[in-house]
Amino acid sequence: MLTAEAPLSTPVRAEILALAAQEPHPRGASVAALRLVQARLGWISTVHLREVADLLGMSVDDLDGIATYFNLLFRRPVGRHVVMLCDSVSCWIMGREPLCAHMCRTLGIRPGETTADNAITLLPTVCIGHCDHAPAMLVDGTLHGDVDTATLDRLIDTLRDTP
Amino acid sequence: MTSIRIDGRDCPTRTGINLLQACLEAGASLPYFCWHPELGSVGACRQCAIRQFSGPDDTKGRIVMACMTPVSENTIISIDDPEARDFRASIIEWMMVNHPHDCPVCEEGGECHLQDMTVMTGHDTRRYRFTKRTHRNQDLGPFVKHEMNRCIACYRCVRFYRDYAGGDDLAVFASHDNVYFGRAEDGTLQNAFSGNLVEICPTGVFTDKPFSATYARKWDMRGAPSVCVHCAVGCNTIVNAREETLRRVLNRYHEDINRYLLCDRGRFGHGFVNAPTRIRTPLRAIDGQQAAIPMTDALQAFARMAAGGRIVGIASPRAALETCFSLHALVGPQHFCTGQTRHEQECVELAHALLTRHPGALPTIHEMESADAVLVLGEDVCATAPRLGLSLRQSARQASFHTADDARVPRWMDAAVRTLGAQCPSGLYVLTPAPTDLDDVAAQTRRAAPDDIARLGFAIAHEIDPAAPAVTDLAADDARLAARIAHALVAAGKPLVVSGMQYGSPALMQAAASIATALARATPAAGLSLVLPECNSMGLAMMGGLSLETVMEQARAGAISVLVIVENDLTRHLPPADVAELLAAVPDIVVIDHTATPLCRQASLVLPASAFSECSGTLVSQEGRAQRFFQAVFPPAPIQAGWRWVQALARSLDPSAPHMTGLTVWRDLDDVLSALAQAFPHLAPAVRAAPGADYRMNGQKLRSQTYRASGRTVIRSFVNVRDQPPPRSPDTPFSSSMEGAYGPDMPAALVSGYQASPWNSVQALNRFQHEIGGPMRGGECGIRLLSRVGHSDAKPAYATDIPRPHLVQADTVLVLPDTRLFGSEELSMFSPSVMARATAPALGLPAGMAATGRMVLHLDDGPHMLPVEPVPGLPEGIALCPAHMVARAFRFPRMARLERMPDEGGRS
Amino acid sequence: MTPPTERPLTAMIDPAAGPPDCAAYERAGGWQATRRALGDLAPAEIIDMVTRSKLRGRGGAGFGTGQKWSFVPKEPAAERHKYLIANADEMEPGTFKDRLLLEGNPLQLIEGMILAAYGVQAGHGIIFLRGEYGLACSRLHHAIGEARQQGWLGENILGSGFGFDIHVHSSAGRYICGEETALLTALEGRRATPRSKPPFPQTGGLWGAPSVVNNVETLCNLPHIITNGPEWFAGLGLGEDGGTKIYGVSGRVAKPGAWELPIGTPLRQIIEEHAGGMRPGHQLRALLPGGASTAFLDATALDVAMDYGSVEKAGSRLGTGMAIILDDRTCPIGMIRNLEHFFAQESCGWCTPCRDGLPWVERLLDAIEDGSGQEEDMDQLARHARMLGAPGRTFCAHAPGAMAPLASGLKLFAADFAAHIQQRRCPHKSGA
Ligand SMILES: Cc1cc2nc3c(=O)[nH]c(=O)nc-3n(C[C@H](O)[C@H](O)[C@H](O)COP(=O)(O)O)c2cc1C
Ligand code: SF4
Ligand code: FES
Repeated sequence: MLTAEAPLSTPVRAEILALAAQEPHPRGASVAALRLVQARLGWISTVHLREVADLLGMSVDDLDGIATYFNLLFRRPVGRHVVMLCDSVSCWIMGREPLCAHMCRTLGIRPGETTADNAITLLPTVCIGHCDHAPAMLVDGTLHGDVDTATLDRLIDTLRDTP
Repeated sequence: MTSIRIDGRDCPTRTGINLLQACLEAGASLPYFCWHPELGSVGACRQCAIRQFSGPDDTKGRIVMACMTPVSENTIISIDDPEARDFRASIIEWMMVNHPHDCPVCEEGGECHLQDMTVMTGHDTRRYRFTKRTHRNQDLGPFVKHEMNRCIACYRCVRFYRDYAGGDDLAVFASHDNVYFGRAEDGTLQNAFSGNLVEICPTGVFTDKPFSATYARKWDMRGAPSVCVHCAVGCNTIVNAREETLRRVLNRYHEDINRYLLCDRGRFGHGFVNAPTRIRTPLRAIDGQQAAIPMTDALQAFARMAAGGRIVGIASPRAALETCFSLHALVGPQHFCTGQTRHEQECVELAHALLTRHPGALPTIHEMESADAVLVLGEDVCATAPRLGLSLRQSARQASFHTADDARVPRWMDAAVRTLGAQCPSGLYVLTPAPTDLDDVAAQTRRAAPDDIARLGFAIAHEIDPAAPAVTDLAADDARLAARIAHALVAAGKPLVVSGMQYGSPALMQAAASIATALARATPAAGLSLVLPECNSMGLAMMGGLSLETVMEQARAGAISVLVIVENDLTRHLPPADVAELLAAVPDIVVIDHTATPLCRQASLVLPASAFSECSGTLVSQEGRAQRFFQAVFPPAPIQAGWRWVQALARSLDPSAPHMTGLTVWRDLDDVLSALAQAFPHLAPAVRAAPGADYRMNGQKLRSQTYRASGRTVIRSFVNVRDQPPPRSPDTPFSSSMEGAYGPDMPAALVSGYQASPWNSVQALNRFQHEIGGPMRGGECGIRLLSRVGHSDAKPAYATDIPRPHLVQADTVLVLPDTRLFGSEELSMFSPSVMARATAPALGLPAGMAATGRMVLHLDDGPHMLPVEPVPGLPEGIALCPAHMVARAFRFPRMARLERMPDEGGRS
Repeated sequence: MTPPTERPLTAMIDPAAGPPDCAAYERAGGWQATRRALGDLAPAEIIDMVTRSKLRGRGGAGFGTGQKWSFVPKEPAAERHKYLIANADEMEPGTFKDRLLLEGNPLQLIEGMILAAYGVQAGHGIIFLRGEYGLACSRLHHAIGEARQQGWLGENILGSGFGFDIHVHSSAGRYICGEETALLTALEGRRATPRSKPPFPQTGGLWGAPSVVNNVETLCNLPHIITNGPEWFAGLGLGEDGGTKIYGVSGRVAKPGAWELPIGTPLRQIIEEHAGGMRPGHQLRALLPGGASTAFLDATALDVAMDYGSVEKAGSRLGTGMAIILDDRTCPIGMIRNLEHFFAQESCGWCTPCRDGLPWVERLLDAIEDGSGQEEDMDQLARHARMLGAPGRTFCAHAPGAMAPLASGLKLFAADFAAHIQQRRCPHKSGA
């Protein structure tokens, strides 16, 4: 089983090496490789960071400097589902603050935290290009627009029930 | 030359530099952070803002960053412009938003670039009323302390550490105002130049950890110009002392050598001076026990020992010229030994001869940076001459500079040059038995046995000049490699060949010289550089003397009654059996040294010598540069300079002995030097390495403390609260106190520290330079004894004794010295911080041969059980054993038997 | 042949049907430009046509596209490694036009890239796509695969000897990656800090090779310029600039959305006709005409023509052309605070004024909005707006962009600022 502590599987390693081979320098694949790991495990553990660094011929310090730079790369574990609620200007105008407060109350967490049952992590995100349907959010990468408390509640229920 | 107008004043300047440099060279105090003369410009801090006008009629102008703007004909700028001033003050204010304002407890205080710049911009009131962010600090190992909250994010540390020095374990993390400079996790910084962070960082984020334990403010320490004693490169240093103890070593700018940077061995190796192993009183062996005795007793004891017969003197390649020469004067040329084995001595003498005869150039360390093709032939320079290795690393960037030139991007536009050079080829070839720290920037590396590397070298020479002897039966891909390297070297405008005596191989050095000679026929700039082992190896080679083997023979014959050994631990040169034999054959052994080496413990008489920080003297670096180091510490009697002990011995003998008369009347270092100049005319220029003790500036001696130094009575309060006269230093033109002259124009060899109001940090150096990154205002420092540009008319013959290929043998391995940055060099290994950086010895084996566990290596002194470590690329039949760390005398290759541990035989 | 449409960029976009495949794209007029370019036109002619079309970059800075290309060294693609990069990092708050084009008709972008690449003779294409655009990512991959299979991408396209292929780089979220030099740094697997110029990307870009970075919308125009001619394209615009523009409106309007209109369409028409005016009960107070990094315009400016020159004259910038509306029931200070939070967080951390100045601005706005503002805070805000706003003070245009809404807002909403500070609370918050 793939876990944050176990080494990456052979196919994942091969995929990373293939990404690196396409670049003039393997480091060109660093974001792609980290995204790949995150796609499999939800986040990038130090064990995996080290492994990717190795595969790309970079130092772990170098790669972590990149991993900690980008907003979408998670260096801490997240829940089974990641809800990213847009906090940029159009969504703010259209009421993302009360929505966020509602969600925090419902889930019992603050933005940036994960529910105790590990089901949901709530993160703020910058504008996701859905401003004409503000407030908007990404749930596990899928775009939702014109969100209100009712849709939020339904969504939270479904998320809690899906593994 | 051109001229620019700064605030209405016309200032002569030069093209090819940026406006920040031009302003500083014009004497203006324009603040900056991210720019560094050795690192170039990136425009990150925005501190150096000025207003630039497009012409005499332009009254508006625009704000530009001086460091990012080239000097051009008729540049008109204003530093005083109110908006530029205001912006510069704002920059400091922004930096101060999160800065902890902990100057009173910060070890950078008083020599902090940020403090200087803050005062310079006039920022004095805090208007930010919110909380500061805080960071966690890291443990970065024994050399460097980390206090991240002081960071102003100028990015200098990572630019130096990663881009310049090739380190990869320091990085920037996170983003926006949360950027963090450190490691992914706590741990020791691995790069050999990490200590420079202390000086590169403009604040107190990175500070000198060993210094911290005995910290004193910059203004409270005495300073003296010094020379590093931890390898033969001869980097210039400043030593700082307080309460008559050495506190720290800083970089001292030498245009041609170390410039702004030192290696960690050089910066932190000084710990031996204050270590518990330090000898502070004469010791006399009585019934197998050494006991402290007064100086007079010691000298009487010596007189008794010497009464009977012949005295033989053993000098040392780590002792100053003056000390070696005093011994020479005491015992006479027939009884003067260099303290090296015949093999070592032949190697250094060969190096000296090859350099002297070389028809091309003998480039300085700085000139090596601009070599456009470099061949490293069988020497791990990163371990044996670290600062030289750092210069070779820069040489790999030559092609990117040429690309930048073509794109009309100035070479100091650092980030731009690196962008443009992303795919530029390196011109560096590294042929060594084992991996080196330069491999990552090499165009190609090749691992082979020293003899095979020498063969490749001869083949390269033959490729370049068919008159050089051919190498027969070279494998096809070796022949191709030789042709490729030859081609790269021939195509270069400034090719360079570097070798050395790490592997004690005359063939390697001959091969290197042959290549350089062959190149010099068409390219007079073709350079040759040979790395020597010790700080005065070259000086001693130029003096000459007997080998240790000859002394052994005389001893065996019973012809020696006293051996006077100066600053030499013979156990590092001779196998234990030989040392034992020598000790047995000579009735009395007198050792003059500052540190209790294993040899000292076996001596009949030990005399406490001063360390480099406590006396003055001259060293000759591997490039033949005589350089003077000066006293910063006045040690309590009876500790004194090596040559004064030798003189004292001479005075205790029958003073009528004619050859000793000169010696007994020397008053000071200048007397020793003039006697030396007479005895060794080719060393005579060494006298001029620095001004003599009678030098005066404005009729005064030079001060070695700052005007701000805390009161004199306080300084000696650990001894006595009574006011004491400051100690006198007969050997130097320095006063030991704050009295005396000081200024940016004083002779470069006498600069004891940098301070030029309002510049209190090391950046004050810019005031002492004629041009930034160029010569010092005070002229040359040190003097080259080997001519810089070789004798192009000389036509040295090519060496013809090409070694046979290395043969892998079934029952033995060729054991090569694994010379280490930390661990192999003698004195630094008495320094606690360096000791902490030396990893435990292990036996390196080719990846295929390396089994887990341990193996037994049979060296001259018996079997050694060692953990095994695979070394990628190491050729078959070769083992690496750390020099001096396993068997003290092991420093050159030898064949040896290797066995699996009897109890671990079954494991694989 | 059907007459060329006046909505070339969006003609083929039908959200319900999904993006056209290669065949549908061709039936609707696609690939004609590529046929023509690779068959009949020299690279220099492409650059010339694009210059004459008066196409200006749609990424925000509005630099003439043909002129930008003219700085690229002229060697044929086969002789020199060069890159053509589509900037699909769209992260400017309030902006959602590139997503429309990417999801709606990826082949149009691909064709645009082929044409641009042919013009500058670049053999390597990269789409720098923001990581959040998952649907766009899969559609791009699909379209590229199809185009490759049908010979539109790859070696020797249409037997012309010109080869070009496209790789999609999914970024991992940082606004600054949209800045073209930071984008290059990001592609090299480094922390995406901007680079100094020179060297300009056109001569020393990705991995040191000549590179052109163009916005998605810019590139999508190219097939139409080549097919219908530069004069036709130039004629589409109502004023100085050529072509159409995707305009959008978000905020409390009746019908937020995006529409392709002639460039230079008056702002009033966009808001009142296309966005349906304000929602009932809301008045328009002010607006950012082209994304978060443009200056506020108030209701008096509604008649400005939305082209580069006119908006600049009105005191703001066309930017991305995607307007964000501030209504009378929303707190302007809150809005600016939200914007500055974004800019402070997205600062790359390279240069001092931006890294440490923007968070200061954000804290000041926090304080004012939360009722703990002080009179001096206004001076501090003004000082920051002045110090960070002018070009050349910071390393890149991020901080000046951040200061555009602040500086204009300080003037426009002076009374609101004063009210916040005097009343020690936000008058817009409930309980007022
Ligand atoms: C902070 C910053 C962010 C930017 N973000 C984007 C972006 O997301 N997309 C984009 O196309 N251009 C962006 N730009 C503009 C680009 O730097 C560049 O001008 C543009 O990609 C050029 O394409 P064009 O000539 O086709 O407009 C940004 C600029 C700055 C200063
Ligand atoms: S203005 Fe400076 S810190 Fe801000 S994004 Fe640009 S380079 Fe980075
Ligand atoms: S020194 Fe000029 S910007 Fe930093």
